[in-house]
Amino acid sequence: MPTNTVSTDTILSKRIGNDRPASGWPGLSLSRMLLGFSLAVLAFMLVCAVAPQWIAPYSPTDMMTDRLLQPPSKAHLLGTDQFGRDVWSLIVYGSRQSLTMGVASVVIGGLAGTVIGLIAGYCGGVVDSLFMRINDILMTIPGILLAIAIAVALGPSFFNVILAISVASIPGKARVVRSQVLSIRSRPFVEAARAIGTPHLEIMVRHILPNCFSPLLVMMTIGVGTSILVGTGLSFLGLGVIQEIPDWGYMLSQGRSYMTVAWWISTFPGLAITLLVVVVNLIGDDLRDRLDPKKGRV
Amino acid sequence: MAKYIVNRLLASIPVIIGSLTIVFLIIHWLPGDPAQMIAGDDAAPERVAFLREQFGLNRPLWQQYLSYLWDSLRGDFGVSFANSQPVLDRLLAQLPATLSLAAMSILLAVVLGVVLGVLSAVYKNRLFDYIVRVISLLGVSMPKFWLGILLILIFSVHFQLLPAIGNGSFKQLIMPAFALGVTGAGMLARMIRNSVLEVIGEPFVVTLRAKGLADRVVLYKHVLRNALLPAITVLGTLLGEMLSGAVVTETVFSRQGLGKMVVDAINQKDIPVIQAAILVTAVFTVVCNLLVDISYSYIDPRVRKSS
Repeated sequence: MPTNTVSTDTILSKRIGNDRPASGWPGLSLSRMLLGFSLAVLAFMLVCAVAPQWIAPYSPTDMMTDRLLQPPSKAHLLGTDQFGRDVWSLIVYGSRQSLTMGVASVVIGGLAGTVIGLIAGYCGGVVDSLFMRINDILMTIPGILLAIAIAVALGPSFFNVILAISVASIPGKARVVRSQVLSIRSRPFVEAARAIGTPHLEIMVRHILPNCFSPLLVMMTIGVGTSILVGTGLSFLGLGVIQEIPDWGYMLSQGRSYMTVAWWISTFPGLAITLLVVVVNLIGDDLRDRLDPKKGRV
Repeated sequence: MAKYIVNRLLASIPVIIGSLTIVFLIIHWLPGDPAQMIAGDDAAPERVAFLREQFGLNRPLWQQYLSYLWDSLRGDFGVSFANSQPVLDRLLAQLPATLSLAAMSILLAVVLGVVLGVLSAVYKNRLFDYIVRVISLLGVSMPKFWLGILLILIFSVHFQLLPAIGNGSFKQLIMPAFALGVTGAGMLARMIRNSVLEVIGEPFVVTLRAKGLADRVVLYKHVLRNALLPAITVLGTLLGEMLSGAVVTETVFSRQGLGKMVVDAINQKDIPVIQAAILVTAVFTVVCNLLVDISYSYIDPRVRKSS
């Protein structure tokens, strides 16, 4: 075909409906495969977090001083760090902190954000304006800085870090819930419920809330990834708690000093973080595609 | 049009004051005594009391708040706890380095993101598209500090091509800007890809093509204009994130700048500096969002009409 356009085979020149979703394997679409892969990786990490002793070959506190800074080998898959600890075991045990950080802060932030969004959207008027103004202001301070400020103010502690990240994630959720509430509030069935005298609280919880679940769920899933990135960033900066079992971010900052001689100490924890966030994002994307009412494949 | 600008300007002021308030509240209202924090855990009570007196922390909260507000609006951010230098001076000294990093990063993010996003949509489901989508996903998922460390490992330690630390030269700017900008690029690419695909499916595009308009013209003149609009709104937030991402990036590359200042302040519990830095970031974000809103209304006439 003559080429006088950006490309002859571009989406523009295809008839609508001619772009089938990609096929990875006979019978399995690529997106299905990706989802399966993501869920498998996530499940594996959950096992690592819950029962690390099943998977890690060494104890994370086991400092084998005869093997400091060893490169990856058969005995130590990902090498050893400056204290002689096995990096792979450290990562496995450290998954608990990272996963807890991500999930807990999203759950807390999601709950708080939902309540705020519900109240703001349902009540409207002054309450709504007030809440949304505060929301906007919270949103102008970028997540990681907000978390830093809160973590500094509250002091070093695992719970405080989680709290800091939760607060940083509230504004987004509140906004989403609020717009959902606004659109549902005017529907006839809500009016009907009011007409028969259903108390406000019951309307909010029984009728409006369930309709907010889908966008909220998607935001929360992807929010886990963001929370983990912020959380490990905080640990990297030294704001996390220095426990016996270092968090992935802290491992990265430690490994920096040994970059020229032991690249594995910094590389692999970061790889773990990336993998977790990728997997969570893929699941979130898939969830969003499934729950999106506009998605009718042509 | 001018009315719209004035409106938006006026609306920004409460947001800025609000940010000031939130920053103040976080530091002073949350449990944790600033004077104790500075003095350290095992300092004598007299020392803590002295510090409290010196920094005016024993005044009633609302008094502290008002003086903080008044001082900040005049540019007086107080004196650093660490070295007793005016915070404002330090801020102004460090700002240019960070701004140049942020500018370079956003340039990278926009160029990469837009180009890859548009091409990825146009070549949907071809190999190029898949590669771009994978890279975008990785870009969004990678921690910025890790990417920075990786870049240093590859380009400085292994290949010895680029300098790992320091400010000043352009060569020293490349890697940090890349580390900072890739996340934004990934986000933009994904968003623009979806946006372009949506616009292409719209009836007016079908009409244009049915008219016989060449694909290239359809793309550049009509589709892009509409598809890039949502990306512009994101730009404002991205700029703010660049500034906050600088905190981590500057640490990794040992660059002077706002980020390094914040990290040092964190370690020294230097509250005025942290407050000022967050404030600067918030104000910067507000200003960027304002500029974005104004240019958005300039580009999209519908917004002008509705306000």
